[in-house]
Amino acid sequence: MFVRGLKRKCFDGEEDIEGTLAGIKAIPSYNLQRQSLLDMSLVKLQLCHMLVEPNLCRSVLIANTVRQIQEEMTQDGTWQMINTQSPGQASLDRLVSTDILCRSSRDQAEGKHLPAYGAFSKDFESDQAQESSETMSTTSSVQAPRNLQSNVWEMENPQENKGNFQKSLDQIFETLENKSPNSVEDLFSEVDNSYYDLDTMLTGMMSNTKMGHCDSLETFSSPTNTASNSNCKSDLNDLDHIVEILVES
Amino acid sequence: ADIISTVEFNHTGELLATGDKGGRVVIFQREQESKNQPHRRGEYNVYSTFQSHEPEFDYLKSLEIEEKINKIRWLPQQNAAYFLLSTNDKTVKLWKVSERDKRPEGYNLKDEDGRLRDPSMITVLRVPVLRPMDLMVEATPRRVFANAHTYHINSISVNSDYETYMSADDLRINLWNFEITNQSFNIVDIKPANMEERTEVITAAECHPHHCNTFVYSSSKGTIRLCDMRAAALCDRHAKFFEEPEDPSNRSFFSEIISSISDVKFSHSGRYIMTRDYLTVKVWDLNMENRPIETYQVHDYLRSKLCSLYENDCIFDKFECVWNGSDSVIMTGSYNNFFRMFDRNTKRDVTLEASRENSKPRAILKPRKVCVGGKRRKDEISVDSLDFSKKILHTAWHPSENIIAVAATNNLYIFQDKVN
Repeated sequence: MFVRGLKRKCFDGEEDIEGTLAGIKAIPSYNLQRQSLLDMSLVKLQLCHMLVEPNLCRSVLIANTVRQIQEEMTQDGTWQMINTQSPGQASLDRLVSTDILCRSSRDQAEGKHLPAYGAFSKDFESDQAQESSETMSTTSSVQAPRNLQSNVWEMENPQENKGNFQKSLDQIFETLENKSPNSVEDLFSEVDNSYYDLDTMLTGMMSNTKMGHCDSLETFSSPTNTASNSNCKSDLNDLDHIVEILVES
Repeated sequence: ADIISTVEFNHTGELLATGDKGGRVVIFQREQESKNQPHRRGEYNVYSTFQSHEPEFDYLKSLEIEEKINKIRWLPQQNAAYFLLSTNDKTVKLWKVSERDKRPEGYNLKDEDGRLRDPSMITVLRVPVLRPMDLMVEATPRRVFANAHTYHINSISVNSDYETYMSADDLRINLWNFEITNQSFNIVDIKPANMEERTEVITAAECHPHHCNTFVYSSSKGTIRLCDMRAAALCDRHAKFFEEPEDPSNRSFFSEIISSISDVKFSHSGRYIMTRDYLTVKVWDLNMENRPIETYQVHDYLRSKLCSLYENDCIFDKFECVWNGSDSVIMTGSYNNFFRMFDRNTKRDVTLEASRENSKPRAILKPRKVCVGGKRRKDEISVDSLDFSKKILHTAWHPSENIIAVAATNNLYIFQDKVN
């Protein structure tokens, strides 16, 4: 009736499989079908973003289905497998795309505050081991400037991405207010210096206190505007952006 | 003819209104039964046609607003004119449909063509008189209720006080007074502060038929909330919460989608509500929140096809459901131009087809059957042969008689009980 490329056999009907041999055979095919369902759902969400005014009910239902699949895959450990095999950014793209694509252009026009992939990275941080979660939050933070450049996002809400950065910065802020600059070295003794250059971070913070939301957006699209950045090593550019984001929030 | 998007009888059943995708409303009126032809029970003929909504363009968001009529609801008749509400995705309009069968003749200052007469030529004064003319039915928009919905309006419902009505979109429900078009009260708002937490939308809403303070709304998660407007201005906290616990044996990735309620209707008595989800119709007793009192399988043979139905988007089809006048029979649509009726007392059900090829006018409809597997008997149709593009989403039942209106894509079918 409506066969369109996808195998008609649905994993709905395969719940009664018995026997270890049959069971073993069924497991990879279940994963395959689950994966194809996930792919199909993401395509549908992409389509709904391209429509003029997407049907909200449909988008929400598809997004919930995607979330459900991803939760199950995470529980299975399948998700971790996928992550270790392919570069972390690729799979995150997929997750990011769901939420981005699920929003309608209307929300963008209204200027709604839409944290990027908080829901998905939240799942990860809670479900996965500590090390991988740190890796995830770092990579997801790195994603932020890239996404912002597409002018899709307003202000990134880094609440869900609190890693070591935020804690360190909080400490820095408190101590900066109270203590004199002479004890700067003491301030940063607790902080892991390997992550960033002290000078660039301080100058970044100072300039950011005067910036408004719009300015910070422009910061992201033109990464070389602050004086601090010109002194940075290239691999610290992204970290500076993260600092700016966190400061603004 | 355009695709019909809504069908509704008025409170006496004398009029039947249909709205279509092109923004037009067509009203049918039942013929007076004549003694000359008793076998021709009142047929419905076109009474009035008008363009209710036009396509609009929202320049601020660069979005087109469809003119498709999502719902029509009649107001109870209070004078010679008829009033109905019609809505598209964003704007609700109150239309007055009135008859004109007399016109004044014999004006002094203008002649019969309307041309002004030369005052110096007028020598005699006369009083204009009303003379009969051909019946003219005119529809005029009396109120336009606009700019109150950010999301798509899915329901409107006239309150039993006849002074207010409510309109529901995906995330909010507003209460209007018929006289006031520039203000409405927001009574339900389920929009989360954090947009990423949007996992549920409002799918339908209706006012209680007798208690003007009570209304229900259904969600995409298969829940129904009953709210009392006396409790608070914002009815975010429900008075009753109806949800059936999930059957773990039937769980799949599509469980949530098929549990999404597409329509909710109070019974005429006000004691029960009926909900339609993708595969079933459920009747709930307002006094029992934890499960429905009756569940009817509309097309359970589709349960094993959910994956394909998800792929071709049919799983998102929103079917409506209706009660008959005495609340003893419920009806809803399906695919292949089939519609189903369930008798709540006898527990019998029937599947009928609305199609020209398979039934002649005035012929009794033959019950249809879908065969699930194995041998297909003659006259049965197999699941794989069903035409999923022919879906009956909108039906209506006359308030007191056994007359039903069934919208099959762009055709309207009206069926009556067979005459003895």
